[in-house]
Amino acid sequence: MKLSLTVNGTPHDIDVEPRTLLVHALRDTLDLTATNIGCDTTSCGACTVLVDGESVKSCTVLAASVAGQSVTTMEGLAQGDKWHAVQQGFRDCHGLQCGFCTPGMVMAAVSLLTENPKPSADDVRRGLEGNLCRCTGYHNIVAAVLSAAEGAK
Amino acid sequence: MSILGTRVLRVEDPKFLTTGGVYADDLRDPRLAGAGHVTYVRSVMAHARLTVDAEAARAHPGVIAVFTADDFADLDPPPPPMPFIAPALARPWLTPDVVRYVGEPIAAIVTEDRYAGEDAAELVSIDYEPLPVVVDPRAAAADEVVLHPAHGSNTALAFETGQLEGLFDGCDVVVRREITNQRVAPVPLEVRSAACAWGDDDRLTFWASTQSPHGARDFIAAALKLDKDKVHFITPDVGGGFGAKFSVSVEDLLLAVMAQRVGRPMRWVETRTENLLAMGHGRAQLQTVTIGGSRDGKVDAYSLEVLQDTGAYPHFGAVLPFMTQMMATGVYDISKLAVRTRSVATNTAPVLAYRGAGRPEATAAIERAMDLFAAEIDMDPAELRRRNLLPPERFPLTTPAGANYDSGEYARALQAVLEAAGYDDLRAEQRRRREAGDRKALGIGVSVYVEITAGPEAGEEFARVNVKPDGSVVVYTGTSPHGQGHSTSFAMIAADELGVPVERVTVVHGDTDLVARGGGTGGSRSLQLGGSAVHKGSIETVEKARDLAADMFEAAAGDIVLDKARGGFSVTGSPDEFRSWAEVAADADAEHGLIVDTDFQAEGATFPFGAHVAIVEVDLDTGQPRLIRHVTVDDAGPVLNPVIVEGQRHGGIAQGVSQALFEEVLYDADGNPQTTNLADYAFPSAAELPDFDLVEMATPSPLNPLGVKGIGEAGTIGATPAVQNAVVDAVAHLGVQHIEMPTTSERVWRAIREASS
Amino acid sequence: MIPAPFDYVRADDAAAAVAALGEHGDEAKLLAGGQSLLPLMKLRLAMPSVVVDVSRGTDLRYVRKDGDSLAIGSLTRHCDVAADKIVRQELPMLAHVAELVGDPQVRHRGTIGGSIAHSDPSADLPTALVALGAAYVVQGPRGERVVPADEFATGFLETVLEPDELLTEVRVPLGVAGWGYEKFTRRAIDWATVAVAVVRRDGQTRIALANMGPTVLRAAASERALASGAGTADAAGSADEGTEPGNDVTASSDYRRHLARVLTGRALAAASA
Repeated sequence: MKLSLTVNGTPHDIDVEPRTLLVHALRDTLDLTATNIGCDTTSCGACTVLVDGESVKSCTVLAASVAGQSVTTMEGLAQGDKWHAVQQGFRDCHGLQCGFCTPGMVMAAVSLLTENPKPSADDVRRGLEGNLCRCTGYHNIVAAVLSAAEGAK
Repeated sequence: MSILGTRVLRVEDPKFLTTGGVYADDLRDPRLAGAGHVTYVRSVMAHARLTVDAEAARAHPGVIAVFTADDFADLDPPPPPMPFIAPALARPWLTPDVVRYVGEPIAAIVTEDRYAGEDAAELVSIDYEPLPVVVDPRAAAADEVVLHPAHGSNTALAFETGQLEGLFDGCDVVVRREITNQRVAPVPLEVRSAACAWGDDDRLTFWASTQSPHGARDFIAAALKLDKDKVHFITPDVGGGFGAKFSVSVEDLLLAVMAQRVGRPMRWVETRTENLLAMGHGRAQLQTVTIGGSRDGKVDAYSLEVLQDTGAYPHFGAVLPFMTQMMATGVYDISKLAVRTRSVATNTAPVLAYRGAGRPEATAAIERAMDLFAAEIDMDPAELRRRNLLPPERFPLTTPAGANYDSGEYARALQAVLEAAGYDDLRAEQRRRREAGDRKALGIGVSVYVEITAGPEAGEEFARVNVKPDGSVVVYTGTSPHGQGHSTSFAMIAADELGVPVERVTVVHGDTDLVARGGGTGGSRSLQLGGSAVHKGSIETVEKARDLAADMFEAAAGDIVLDKARGGFSVTGSPDEFRSWAEVAADADAEHGLIVDTDFQAEGATFPFGAHVAIVEVDLDTGQPRLIRHVTVDDAGPVLNPVIVEGQRHGGIAQGVSQALFEEVLYDADGNPQTTNLADYAFPSAAELPDFDLVEMATPSPLNPLGVKGIGEAGTIGATPAVQNAVVDAVAHLGVQHIEMPTTSERVWRAIREASS
Repeated sequence: MIPAPFDYVRADDAAAAVAALGEHGDEAKLLAGGQSLLPLMKLRLAMPSVVVDVSRGTDLRYVRKDGDSLAIGSLTRHCDVAADKIVRQELPMLAHVAELVGDPQVRHRGTIGGSIAHSDPSADLPTALVALGAAYVVQGPRGERVVPADEFATGFLETVLEPDELLTEVRVPLGVAGWGYEKFTRRAIDWATVAVAVVRRDGQTRIALANMGPTVLRAAASERALASGAGTADAAGSADEGTEPGNDVTASSDYRRHLARVLTGRALAAASA
């Protein structure tokens, strides 16, 4: 089936199956491979992207369901050379190691800060309950999001 | 001022934070154009004879080919995954007649697109004739149901040391307990994934998510009976390995065979369910600890029995009890030791190396034993440990198990962590809550640990340092980082030795055509071996450059000075005579610059150590434990880059905590896995864990010029027993002596009930 | 990981949804937020041949105060229920419980109607709504009917909804004097091992239990004890009477019974505070 959606500001017309998951439309059809797949039970959040500015797990959304809407992946976060505060926070605080959970974690954090610009450390931990990381133990991820909240002011 | 020891942000991060890492399933290499997608069909029975009918699958639209065991009958079996495993125990290509664990690959489907693979997989028809199942290692050891008749027994390996007879003679107090170091799943966020393509030159290019490119290349070459130079192995970015990706699996290897047969490149990525079923698991030891000593707190004797579950096809896990045995007495001055280990096959997934690989099991056993002994003689567990630690003046030493400890300051580590945790205040708070009948109990757990890195044999690693004619530097390393930041650390080492800005140093790894040889990344080997090789190569580069500069200046080499501040060479007393690195490199070779290859040979394994204090709160009404603080000393020698070392400690601690509190791979009595996805397998999120308080301590190793040991696994090893001990400690006043891991709410609740009945 | 193939129909309002369901009958499943249905489809535990996507329409997304009830459109997302001013003002329990469902990403997609219609006995909102004495408006080709929350679930993942019917509105009576919601999980993201919802209204106390049987159950024995004057601790002691909690990797049935009693005590205490 044909559908149109805007990804990272660019409109796209794609032809996919009705069952094509949004994450596969992004990765395989549009070659935006930053967004990763880490599980098959909507548990890990590695596939998190924004739909109309709100975080969703793109493995649990049909591409068809977001036709006509606006999707943002990590590749679309920076404005040219200007990084988003969350990207900068993760850089400054060593909030990533292998990088696999990172795109989803970053997008989840962006959505979290949009809804709660001044989170406590507990708010951040709770707010990232849907994103798993095996490398960092989360300590630096929490620091990164708090740093981003500071930096965004 | 040296850059070593300073906080340098990772050069890797900009890519990972903007365009993202390029993992095996992300590859868009032109050599993979037109690749078939591979989907494996796996057994749903733990032990059965089977017949496979793939006709309906072959006919499905979009299916290029379906392979079963018959298609590979002409191949020699794949080499055993590890040298010590008897060939009769090795896994086959695809199962020809008998499956031995749920998840074992039975058929491979190649399709034009990935979606069709799952559709076609449903059409493969399998007839199972069930065979008796053995899941409990104790039953497996009795050899009533033998998995591999050709081997004749389920026992793969056995190790032992010391005399059991009379071991505890003269001990006033002897405590014995059966404990379990439960099976866990490594769960790297990136599942297994691979791709390959045969070139017109009959060379095979192979990509896979692995921790060891040269090892993988050698293994593939051996399996396919190729010369090594016919295989070009490339690691893409790898999304975590934790030991489980140190080897190449049958599913990876088969891609090369199928690519040959079909005449197209192949690519494969498993699902998370497949990963939890079939990549392999960690730990899985049944242990019996016996500890004896005097009533005033001197521990004299210790015995450890280990029954290691290897899974259906013995792998790395079968060998790990050797490491457990080696580290059995840990940090303690225990002269009388006996260890007996046996590794047995069961109808479960293979057990691999997983962060710590045999050493967490040793530490968890001795640390639990120490707490049991302390409870028996009514002594504070920290005090008991203090009385039994190996003192610093004894180093270097050889333990009764034959480990050569290089350096250690165990008492200092314990002291530092107790102070940082505020141990006395915590005990006072615990007392206050008990007296007040507070329904939120406080538990304090201590562990003191030592572990072995880059061992057991002395290791080596390769490095090439190439100063280019433009003065930039490329370092080639045989390590294979997958999150550990070697591109940053090794650049710092070269920059520091050469006197070149760190931004001008690039590190290359993970390509067997570019890097001559290497041992990969695992066992916490990389900095002490790979970093030392870069260090050595840099020093040799300076010496070679000095000779070149001497010729250029027409001076004696002894008069040539490396001016790190200016990045070049001058003559003593004549600073105006200066040749930059670029000029010297161009002089060596106008196109390639100056190249030095070196191999660093270590004198022996190193022994990082530390101490952890875990503080938990237990809800006495529900039994639910919650980790509220975790304080650690993890001493792996001088800290090259605090940013990276802290990250390794955090990640290691989290995995150790998680084994104590949350994770367990479960099989029912019929061998059916019960924890096959991340909804059922309790891998924690940030909401379940606190921040970690890290205390600094750095005791150098005499065994390499950097003085470093390995930090990668230390946090895991120290954390698990501290947390388990803390949970038991929280309810010890109610009569609880032991709770098995993971110490779930239900287990705590039951322990309280049983103690009070 | 990949759903089985299906035909996709988009229905942007209630009428279109009813029409589509009428045409395809039990071959079709409604897709609202998809946070319950898609996971089942990806594991191929559900394989509808037609998926009717109602996630785009806006006519069923609303929160209105209707006299002494709150009326919530069935396609209102969990995040919107949690943030809605009227809900937070008039029915803070519902806002609190909506915030506990899944994780933030799930809450941005999942809908109150989807959760109710899926009818998992471990689900937070259906449990709270049983305690709140809510009623569900169902629309189909045969017209509209209103079903009390207590009567909606008929078995595990089964409800009174016919294949050609759509849940359009949730009606919740106001006037809650006190409430408590105690959810016990292993991890924050997990489904409730056991959860207990308590609502005090008009001198009566309703207690609903999550994951103590194939559907959400009322702790009837505890309610009777309270009605005849028993104290909280005594009443809570019979919370698990008449329940059939399961045994799984998360908890045994014995432990679930214990949790039901403890959590009922805590929820009752919160409701009286």
